[in-house]
Amino acid sequence: MSTLIETARAAHDDVGGPAQPLLSVRGLVKHFPLKRDLLSRKRGGNAVRAVDGVDFDVKKGETLGVVGESGCGKSTTARLVMQLIAQDRGELVFDGVAVGSRALALREFRRQTQMVFQDSYSSLNPRMTIEDSVAFGPLVHGTARNDAIAVARGLLGRVGLDPQRFAGRYPHELSGGQRQRVNIARALALHPRLVILDEAVSALDKSVEAQVLNLLLDLKDDFGLTYLFISHDLNVVRYISDRVMVMYLGEVVELGPVAQVFDAPRHPYTQALLRSMPSMEPGQRTESAPLSGDPPNPIDPPSGCRFHTRCAQARAICAQQAPAMTRHGDGHAVRCLIHQPDSGYAASGAPT
Amino acid sequence: MTHSLASAAAVPAVAPVTRSPGYWSNVLRRLRRDPVALAAGAVILGLIVMAILAPWISPADPFQASMLKRLRPIGTEGYPLGADELGRDMLSRLMLGARLSLFMGIVPVIAAFAVGSAIGILAGYAGGWTSTLIMRVVDVFYAFPSVLLAIALSGTLGAGIFNAIVSLTIVFIPQVVRVAESVTAQVRRSDYVDAARASGASPFTIVRAHVLSNVLGPIFVYSTSLISVSMILASGLSFLGLGVRPPEPEWGLMLNTLRTAIYTQPWVAALPGVMIFITSMSFNLLSDGLRSAMEVKE
Repeated sequence: MSTLIETARAAHDDVGGPAQPLLSVRGLVKHFPLKRDLLSRKRGGNAVRAVDGVDFDVKKGETLGVVGESGCGKSTTARLVMQLIAQDRGELVFDGVAVGSRALALREFRRQTQMVFQDSYSSLNPRMTIEDSVAFGPLVHGTARNDAIAVARGLLGRVGLDPQRFAGRYPHELSGGQRQRVNIARALALHPRLVILDEAVSALDKSVEAQVLNLLLDLKDDFGLTYLFISHDLNVVRYISDRVMVMYLGEVVELGPVAQVFDAPRHPYTQALLRSMPSMEPGQRTESAPLSGDPPNPIDPPSGCRFHTRCAQARAICAQQAPAMTRHGDGHAVRCLIHQPDSGYAASGAPT
Repeated sequence: MTHSLASAAAVPAVAPVTRSPGYWSNVLRRLRRDPVALAAGAVILGLIVMAILAPWISPADPFQASMLKRLRPIGTEGYPLGADELGRDMLSRLMLGARLSLFMGIVPVIAAFAVGSAIGILAGYAGGWTSTLIMRVVDVFYAFPSVLLAIALSGTLGAGIFNAIVSLTIVFIPQVVRVAESVTAQVRRSDYVDAARASGASPFTIVRAHVLSNVLGPIFVYSTSLISVSMILASGLSFLGLGVRPPEPEWGLMLNTLRTAIYTQPWVAALPGVMIFITSMSFNLLSDGLRSAMEVKE
């Protein structure tokens, strides 16, 4: 096992040193055009603005949690980072090198970045034994078959699945938690530096979820990994993350260290989101839902601040002026006019 | 299990592990429990054996005509299933006719399965305008009724077994392409294909390793259901004089030449039709059994 970890570490050809972010995402935009039929062609080309100008850094060795409601662009962001879909605009810089450039071809980037999907069943080929599924990546990258199988079995053992019992089995013979362990082993088989976990534990039972989360923490230490951890479960994100990014309607609205975001949220959306968590203290429970209704349609997002339609603190200016991401000294950034100096929020009246 | 426990101490790099039965052995196991599919399979096997052995086991010469013994009823001495309009032994002709009829049923389907799968998987995996282009061309062919298209193609190419097979293949390709395209597009959207793409595999490798094993089964099942259609269409072509030519025995052709006798010896005249019915029914039932054996949720 130790040799496996050493080779994993050796494969980490750290280029820029610890201070340089492992991944920088700048101005990421992805609009999904709506299918237009011939009869009702509209001018202007409508599109679902799934991800609309997202910037963030993932620091080396950290876990960056991503939270937000369904449809806020979390998963699209994951797929864009993994380059499973192409962005409309924006760039990804991996350890100082632009992804897709001559210095870092897509294939090599994909070796260094791997992804674990939410649905543990549909992310495994039902006609492949699990050791073949795990060995597939190394095989593609030119490892001899016997070596790839050996790597796969070593990793299956590392994620808690006895290779003697499980290597020759098919996905349908495994439980959800076991399948997700296989998916994690597969993601690690290429010795990646960045692992994207897209709702990786969301579909599991609570007890299994805790086991898999602890496994993820162990693996992170052993293999020197960096995680981009996407989840709608705030408790899980708080448990595993170093920093948290909150998304709303395709935009980042708040980004900061986990303790600050959870204990002193600045954006009204984050505040509402945290209030929607059921409290363990009976006296602290909120009577009414802090967030009402569904998020607005991402085809036609609200003017100004995208959250103003549901925001308790919205004023007239919020419908007109789009807030910019405002950085504070403590590494805590927020996209809200309340926290933006000279935004005119204080002078603005109540919404009309 | 004792074996794996004994070897667990050493754990060589590629040690024998507990292997689960593969998907196809499970399908076979379920198929063995389906009496209807088993019976249909037995009938088909019997017909194939009969077709292969026909020259040696047929009781009389299927080409030996006799003007004196024309249109004998079923049960006549020396003619267990009667005699046709030229006094040839019906039983022998039906047995030898199984050769061409089965051949015309199966060969176009195999050819269409090979070509149609390739085109359909390409369209389904590539998606986008490649798919649109292929599928619209396929739709043009699909718009014609099968029978009409087969007759038109056969008529253009000219009569004969080979041309009949070519035209039937062309008739079936669009149908196979549509099924292949839809199952491939479905697999293409699955997370395991995304995971394979994320591992840096080329589209060709992904199709070979992940797509084929998941789409060939459903395409194969659909194709087996086409065998009966192919047999009926081939019989129809022969009936119209576009397929097999006399005196070669083929069930469709026999049905054609015997139709004049439908009022004098209806039972004898109906026999080739009965054979076509039994055979195509058996293929359909086997195909149904295969489908349900494969559709079990894992």
